Amino acid sequence: MQQLLFAIFTMVGGVLACAAYFFGTNWLLDRIFPSKGMSGAQASQNLRITNAIRPWLFMAPALFALAIYLIYPVFESVRLAFHDRSGQQFVGFSNFIWMFGDGEFRQSIFNNFLWLLVVPALSTFFGLIIAALTDRIWWGNIAKTLIFMPMAISFVGAAVIWKFVYDYRSEGSEQIGILNAIVVAMGGTPEAWMTIPFWNNFFLMVILIWIQTGFAMVILSAALRGIPEETIEAAVIDGASGMQIFFKIMVPQIWGTIAVVWTTITILVLKVFDIVLAMTNGQWQTQVLANLMFDWMFRGGGDFGRGASIAVVIMILVVPIMIWNIRNATKEMER
Amino acid sequence: MIASARSPLIFVVHLSVLLLVALWTLPTAGLLISSLRDKDQLAVSGWWTALSTSSQNLTGRAASPEAQVEKDGKFVISGNLLEGGDAKVSAFGFRPMQPAAFEAGTAADIGDGQMLTVNADGSYEIVSPTKMEGTRGQRIFYTASVPPRFTLDNYREVLSAAGIGSSFINSLTVAIPSTIIPILVAAFCAYALAWMPFPGRAILIAVVVGLLVVPLQMSLIPLLRLYNGVGAFFGVPAKTYVGIWLAHMGFGLPLAVYLLRNYMAGLPREIMESARVDGASDFDIFVKIILPLSFPALASFSIFQFLWTWNDLLVAMVFLGTGNDELVLTGRLVNLLGSRGGNWEILTASAFITIIVPLIVFFSLQRYLVRGLLSGSVKGG
Repeated sequence: MQQLLFAIFTMVGGVLACAAYFFGTNWLLDRIFPSKGMSGAQASQNLRITNAIRPWLFMAPALFALAIYLIYPVFESVRLAFHDRSGQQFVGFSNFIWMFGDGEFRQSIFNNFLWLLVVPALSTFFGLIIAALTDRIWWGNIAKTLIFMPMAISFVGAAVIWKFVYDYRSEGSEQIGILNAIVVAMGGTPEAWMTIPFWNNFFLMVILIWIQTGFAMVILSAALRGIPEETIEAAVIDGASGMQIFFKIMVPQIWGTIAVVWTTITILVLKVFDIVLAMTNGQWQTQVLANLMFDWMFRGGGDFGRGASIAVVIMILVVPIMIWNIRNATKEMER
Repeated sequence: MIASARSPLIFVVHLSVLLLVALWTLPTAGLLISSLRDKDQLAVSGWWTALSTSSQNLTGRAASPEAQVEKDGKFVISGNLLEGGDAKVSAFGFRPMQPAAFEAGTAADIGDGQMLTVNADGSYEIVSPTKMEGTRGQRIFYTASVPPRFTLDNYREVLSAAGIGSSFINSLTVAIPSTIIPILVAAFCAYALAWMPFPGRAILIAVVVGLLVVPLQMSLIPLLRLYNGVGAFFGVPAKTYVGIWLAHMGFGLPLAVYLLRNYMAGLPREIMESARVDGASDFDIFVKIILPLSFPALASFSIFQFLWTWNDLLVAMVFLGTGNDELVLTGRLVNLLGSRGGNWEILTASAFITIIVPLIVFFSLQRYLVRGLLSGSVKGG
């Protein structure tokens, strides 16, 4: 309880400090370069100076935090990737050479590509289908809320939920995991799903798809509603079937949104960590890059060189999407 | 859409949506139901059978021979295995290998002329022609059909014994300041990027958009080193709440600035111009006009940031200690998965406590969450 009070106290203190900073610097700026009650030329000159300085005063705390927590670490990680485990000795490319010779790393790259192929595609697909279907029924909003709900659940919580679904009891005893119970009811033999190499990756992916479909659905549902009615009416008049309208009229009009959803989930997939850590911790050939990176960060007292070089690989995979995002954002601003 | 709503296929739509909804909610429902079940029932039967009577193989012990009474020249020990529950005994036995050798109500010869009878209501009687010796009671194995039982015992246990209670406080300690502190910082920055012309603005916006997708993994090692360095320099621990609050603020800022800038840039220009004509400075305009108008965007961001900090595992694992007063809920849950992997009554109750706060936030503030998502902005775990 005491620490919660401490937290609230710090929070109030932090907010007050921020407010004090903004009020204080603004007041100071107006005192040093007053524009009221001055002669015309002096006033306009002061006004110009304050207008040049003020944006930077407004942005300073945010830029400072961004620089320390995101920009500096990017460069530092790249530097560390070329250094040894303690970050002291320059070692050239040897971390990367080690990496590509390491079986666990190659396994992770392979698994990550599997995740990249499957999760964004299926999440977007289910999201689109559910968005289109729920728009037509009266209880669509309730259905949407329920499917959207896993978004709020932490990856670890979701891992527990699904671990319970996948739970395995030896053959003959009663299954308490619903998946094995269904398999047994249909006459199959129960399986320890998490320990079947290759396929266990897909059982892990199901968790992320379960979480992310709601996100895709919300965005795509809004996009579908934004389609001009006339295009659909025209198609109906021309005698197009429901399927044709959906795939030939509606989907092409929301390609842009589909791409945004797809890339957003792709970024998330590249960073997937909690699910694998909680479910298998990379055992049974389910290792992924983010978990491997975390592993090396602390393994044997921490190998910062190898950890950083794996982080750099994740970063390199993200860069194309980053560039695409920046170009889209810039284009939008020019419009 | 208009045409197909009347088509006979509409019931197929209803059916498939129902199926999808079931698929999406059943796992969570299973967790919730299981966490409320009696732990012995939970261990032997699926949660979908929670409402039906379950058959369990149980072990009990009769009262010790010291409790025997003499009756009509015979020595009798009696009692009840079920202690007043509403279960029903169907069979019993006295050897571990044959736990259901005798039907309830029949008498079993357990040696030395002693007869054991267990009735369906759980009452038992051992009748012996001679005085019984020893201090330990006879072990009795029995099969009982137990009616469904729901209880809050699992929650009581995890909140006290499993440390979930203190972790709950820790998670709140992490999440609340991490959510509130960045708001003002981000709002000022967003206003400058949206409405104050200065050279280099477009580049800064591009940088923020780029930072949105920088993987957290890039920041971990350098910041860990930085924190260790700062901690060693000032002689303070490297893993503190202050450290994680600042880290969450740094990681949340790109999304905050981007969301708020988009929202503010969409506000009508006339408001600001008329205020400026009246002699208001940028500072006044921001504090008195823009900030109140931006409430929906601020709410969206706060919800994102709260969900993200509450649900976060990675940042807490790196920047916060693992002591009882620092381990957050997600971290505790991962530990429990390792140490109590088979105890589903612990895991389900703990997991539900972990997800209940985000679910409440989600259901009560869904409107703002959706609006935030729709302003084209997402960070994700």
